[in-house]
Amino acid sequence: MNVLVILIPVSLFLGAVGLAGFFWLLKRGQFDDPEGDANRILSSDFDDKPKG
Amino acid sequence: MARPIATTLPLPFAIEPPVTATFEHSRPAACPACVALPDAAAIAPAPKDARLMLSLPTIHCGACISAVESGLNAHPGVREARVNLTLKRAMIDAAPDVTAEELIHVLESAGFEAHELDASQLAATEADRTARDLLMRLAVAGFAAMNVMLLSVAVWSGADGVTRDLMHWISAAIVLPAIVFTGKPFYTNAWTALRAGRLNMDVPITLAILLAVGTSLYETMHSGHHAYFDAAITLTFFLLAGRYLDYRTRAAARSAAQELTAMEVPRALKIVEGEPVQTNVSDLAAGDLVLVKPGARLPVDGIVTKGHSELDRSLMTGESLPAFVQPGTLVSAGEINLTGPLTVEVLAAGQDTALHRIADLVAVAESGRNNYTSLADQAAKLYAPGVHILSALAAIGWWLYTQDLRISLNIAAAVLIITCPCALGLAVPAVTTAASGRLFRKGMLIKDATAMERLAEVDTVVFDKTGTLTLGSPEPLGLDTLTGDEAQVALALADASSHPLAEAIADALTDQDVIPAELDEVEERPGYGISAIWKGQRVRLGRAAWVGTVAPDTTATFLQIGKGTPRAIRFSDHLRPGAAEAVAGLKARGLRVLLLSGDTKAAVAEFAARIGIDTAEAEVLPDQKAERVLDLARQGARVLMVGDGLNDTAALTAAHVSISPASALDAARVASDMVLLGKDLSPIADVFSTAQQARARIRENFTLATAYNVIAVPFAIAGLATPLVAALAMSFSSITVSLNAMRIR
Repeated sequence: MNVLVILIPVSLFLGAVGLAGFFWLLKRGQFDDPEGDANRILSSDFDDKPKG
Repeated sequence: MARPIATTLPLPFAIEPPVTATFEHSRPAACPACVALPDAAAIAPAPKDARLMLSLPTIHCGACISAVESGLNAHPGVREARVNLTLKRAMIDAAPDVTAEELIHVLESAGFEAHELDASQLAATEADRTARDLLMRLAVAGFAAMNVMLLSVAVWSGADGVTRDLMHWISAAIVLPAIVFTGKPFYTNAWTALRAGRLNMDVPITLAILLAVGTSLYETMHSGHHAYFDAAITLTFFLLAGRYLDYRTRAAARSAAQELTAMEVPRALKIVEGEPVQTNVSDLAAGDLVLVKPGARLPVDGIVTKGHSELDRSLMTGESLPAFVQPGTLVSAGEINLTGPLTVEVLAAGQDTALHRIADLVAVAESGRNNYTSLADQAAKLYAPGVHILSALAAIGWWLYTQDLRISLNIAAAVLIITCPCALGLAVPAVTTAASGRLFRKGMLIKDATAMERLAEVDTVVFDKTGTLTLGSPEPLGLDTLTGDEAQVALALADASSHPLAEAIADALTDQDVIPAELDEVEERPGYGISAIWKGQRVRLGRAAWVGTVAPDTTATFLQIGKGTPRAIRFSDHLRPGAAEAVAGLKARGLRVLLLSGDTKAAVAEFAARIGIDTAEAEVLPDQKAERVLDLARQGARVLMVGDGLNDTAALTAAHVSISPASALDAARVASDMVLLGKDLSPIADVFSTAQQARARIRENFTLATAYNVIAVPFAIAGLATPLVAALAMSFSSITVSLNAMRIR
């Protein structure tokens, strides 16, 4: 059972990383235009840096 | 369609809270989108970074995005342009001197329809933040629920003693902060309701959460067997999902409705020292002179001081015949100037216009409407007290039986959790989301959450004629009776004018491959017609009186060649596509279909016969329309009103449920519960089956949720509900309810 001491914190930590990532993306507006983003990857004008 | 909307009517009731939908497709309506906006963009307010917003109704693919963005970015002064395909909008960050008008020109020359949106109304707003806020809480609840479930599985599969306590403590450590944060919308709602002395769905929810967490914490401290942390957080998760769906559906509809309103910027051309100057309609006062260009909507009530023209009064009165105006004629706000420029002296502006008096009618009708109780409210009214009584009885019973407060509180918590309103919380939003998604694809926008339920009850449909069943654009009749020469002359004359009747003749004759005659000295006399010289004779196309004959009672124009007898070219209103199918479909469903129009008796009778409506009333005034609708309601009918004009707004509000086409006046769109996005009217018949299905699904969902409760509650009261049973019951009921909602088609 000692393995729980490692596994539980690890699972919590990984979950928290996912949650933090989701918050970050939400704040950055990554989910504002799902349809446009789906089409943009097909666009031939290559962005070498992301737009602000 | 042919309703140019240049300036808007100062409608006090046309204001809804500005909302932007972040996660929903909101397609701007086909029609206001194709409307011309000649003057609207000239005074863009110039903040430091002119943050302009354009509506782009026609964009649909990746190629459109790059074409629009590169086109806008190439324009001098534009710092950055970004297209949002989901909302079909472009956001532009530009230098202060860049106006929306020039950007619209840029886009139009690139082949994209564009319209200015009022950025201040549509920018990221309060409501947008609410949606994000709900989504964040949902994400936290999901994260916590998953982790706690993981730990709970260990307990369910037999962890014992210290391990079980450890699992419970870790669960508590996750759930306690998470539930304080995620449950906040419920706590505040419950508190507001309790302070007002009412019960709503949020009260049992809050009680269930608090009691479950409280008893679980107590159990954990005393090494108890059962802790409901997982149930509490999962409950919150499902409920938040329902809340979020509900919110998103409403926000999407409101945003699109808002978008339609934002498109019409209220401005007028005031004449100052002989020069027209762009002015806000609200700044006009009686005595000012206003220039109204052809194609523009009259911003004020007034009297014509200069110019001859014709006015389209159909949105105000339902008349399909354009009215002739000359100096001295009284005109009212909302009418559209068709041919020549007019100078109008303002008699009344803003609150004092005839338009506003109609708005008052709407306010009166509205007060009679707000007594509809939705299925969800009915369920909540039964549910909230029922659950409280049940769990209180269980607690008292167990306390009397065991004299143990701990057991009885545990039982009470179990009962509250098992009767979990999460299936109830999802029952309605899951169905409305699915149904409004379907309707949106059919071209119907639901503005009001209960509109679908109300629509399912309708047994009588009242249509307006001009602009609703017809497009409000004329169609010439009997052109093939013209001789070859006459047709050629008529086409050449009609080509010279932008009057709607002339354009209709030109279109129809061009379609028949007529070649225009060669004319000299072509001259248009605004308000009268067009004259020219053809082979040495004077030819004229225009009003009856002008060519020297008597006007008939239907719309007609006259062609005169030389001194010959004028030939009448009659018009009939263009039937809206799908109108006949919609009427036939509604009749096939056994609904009573009526026509109420402000147009003349002859026009209405002929039209009703053509489309197959048996009961038609003509020359109905706006307040009579509302009165007729209320009469029907008093006789027990549930009325669906379909209308587009200002003369319909009161009736739209008075009806049980109402639909307006996107081409309707903003007042009518605001007054109605649903907006038809395309030109086609045929979705109306389909909407009925979707609405009836939606109502059936909601009822089934309530039945399902109740069935789960009937099975599970005895277990809870008997003290047999372990956290595992609670988790299973809750997940199964929520999932069944959601799956059932998906069956809508």
